[in-house]
Amino acid sequence: MAYSNKVIDHYENPRNVGSFAKDDPSIATGMVGAPACGDVMKLQIKVNEQGIIEDAKFKTYGCGSAIASSSLVTEWVKGKSLDEAQQIKNTDIAHELALPPVKIHCSILAEDAIKAAIADYKQKRGG
Amino acid sequence: MKLPIYLDYAATTPVDPRVAEKMMQYLTMDGEFGNPASRSHRFGWQAEESVEVARSQIAELVNADPREIVFTSGATESNNLAIKGAAQFYKKKGKHLITAKTEHKAVLDTMRQLEREGFEVTYLDVESNGLVDLAKLEAAMRPDTTVVSLMFVNNEIGVIQDIAAIGELCRSKGIVFHVDAAQATGKVDIDLQSLKVDLMSFSGHKTYGPKGIGALYVRRKPRIRLEAQTHGGGHERGMRSGTLAPHQIAAMGEAFRLAKEEMAAERERITALRDRLWDGIKDIEQVYLNGGSAPRVPGITNISFNFVEGESLIMALKDIAVSSGSACTSASLEPSYVLRALGLTDELAHSSIRFSIGRFTTEEQIDHTIKIVHQAIDKLREMSPLWDMFKDGIDLNTVAWVAH
Repeated sequence: MAYSNKVIDHYENPRNVGSFAKDDPSIATGMVGAPACGDVMKLQIKVNEQGIIEDAKFKTYGCGSAIASSSLVTEWVKGKSLDEAQQIKNTDIAHELALPPVKIHCSILAEDAIKAAIADYKQKRGG
Repeated sequence: MKLPIYLDYAATTPVDPRVAEKMMQYLTMDGEFGNPASRSHRFGWQAEESVEVARSQIAELVNADPREIVFTSGATESNNLAIKGAAQFYKKKGKHLITAKTEHKAVLDTMRQLEREGFEVTYLDVESNGLVDLAKLEAAMRPDTTVVSLMFVNNEIGVIQDIAAIGELCRSKGIVFHVDAAQATGKVDIDLQSLKVDLMSFSGHKTYGPKGIGALYVRRKPRIRLEAQTHGGGHERGMRSGTLAPHQIAAMGEAFRLAKEEMAAERERITALRDRLWDGIKDIEQVYLNGGSAPRVPGITNISFNFVEGESLIMALKDIAVSSGSACTSASLEPSYVLRALGLTDELAHSSIRFSIGRFTTEEQIDHTIKIVHQAIDKLREMSPLWDMFKDGIDLNTVAWVAH
C-alpha cells in the first residue's frame, strides 16, 4: 500500500512521542483501541487553569496510519480549549493525512482518543 | 550494498539468469517459437521436443514419470484442477473432502466452491507448530471421503508436513491424496516413487522459474482420474486444454533441472544464512519463532515481535522487502489465518514478519537486516503503549480494552 507523504513524515518523525506523569492533576489520559484489533492509542493532554491544552503526548501501537493520526492530533490539540479540541473530527484527520478508505478507522481512533482524554480530564475535575 | 534487500523469496523468486537465457530462445523468428501441437512441420516438432525435455526435467526433480506431468498456468490452477477434478470424478463414491485450516487460499477457496456445489469439507485444525496430527486426520476420514489435500511446505511459516505418513494413511483408506508442493520444490527431497501421493501441484516462480507456469503431477499407477476443468483442443491428455507455452515450459524445466543439481548445496548455504538471521534476532525480548518446533525449510522464518504492530514494522523495515504475517497490507485488517490457526493471539499474529531467504541472499544482506530489525523494534517499542504496560508488569489480558 502506498502511503501519503504526510503519513510517512509523521511516521518517520513522530511529534510528541512520550508520556506525562499520570498523577499530575493537570494531566488527562485517553486510551482507546485494543491489541486484538491491531491498534491501541494512548493520548495524554496537559491542561492549564484556563482550560487550554498546553501540551500533548502520545504512544501508539498500530500501523503507520495510526501512528501518523495520533502524532497529528497531538499537534492539533495544543493551544486549543477543551471545547475546541472536542470539535476535531476524524474526517479532518483523514483528509489531512490523505488516508485511504481501509485506514479511516485510524482517524476515528484518534478522534476517540481526544474525546477519551477530555472525558478523563472532566472526570478528574468533577471528582 | 544495493537497497532494498529482497527477503520475500516465498512470495516469488527472481528468474535465475540461466533460466532467463533459456527462455529467450523460444520467442522470436530466430528461436523456437512453434506451436508444440503443430504436427505438420519442423517448427512444431522442435517445440514439442523442447516441451518433452522440460517435462522430463520436472519429472526428474520429483522422481516421477514424465507422462505424469501436466502443464498448467501455475500452482493455483494445479490445485483447482487436482481438487475439483478428483472430487468431481469420484463423486459417485462420496462427496466428503478433507484439508487443513493453514492451507493456501488456492486450496481453501477451491474447497469453498465445492461446498457450494454440494460437497462437504472438513477443515482440520493444526497443532501449535503447524503440523497436522495424524490421529486427528484419521478420525476425520469417513467411508465417503474421496480427497485429502494438504500442503508439503507451508508458505507462511515453512513447516514441512509428514507427507510420507499421511500418504500411507490415505492409500490404506483408498482416498486420493493431493499435495500442494509449490513451496517445496528445490527445498526438500521429493520422491514420488516412494511417497503415496496421487496428485502434486508445482509452481515455476517459487523455484527461480517464470510466473504464469506450473504443473500438476497425476499418478499413473495406481491411475488417478480427473474431470477436466478447461476444455478445448484436448492438450495434456485431455486434462488441460490450451496451447502450451514453450518459453515458459522450457524455463520451468531448466529451473527444476538447476534445483535438482543445486539443492543440496543451496540448502546448506541458506540454512547457514537462516541461522545467522535468527541468532541476530533471538535475543531481542519477547520474540517468538513461529512453527519453531516443527521441521522447517530453511528459506522461511516467521517471527512474532510482541508489542509491535506488523504493518508499522514493515514500514520501519522499508529497505527490506519482507511480508507481514498480518494481512493488513493487502487491505484486509484480519491477522494471518495461518498464525491464528497455530493458536497465536491476535496481537502476536498482528506482530509477525516472514523473512524468506533464497538463492541470491548474501551474508552482508542478512547482517544489514539484523541491524535494521533492532533499530525498528527499539523505535516502535519506544512508541508502544503496550510495551510500557508490559514493562510495568501489567497483564494485557486483564485490561478492559475499548474496542472500536
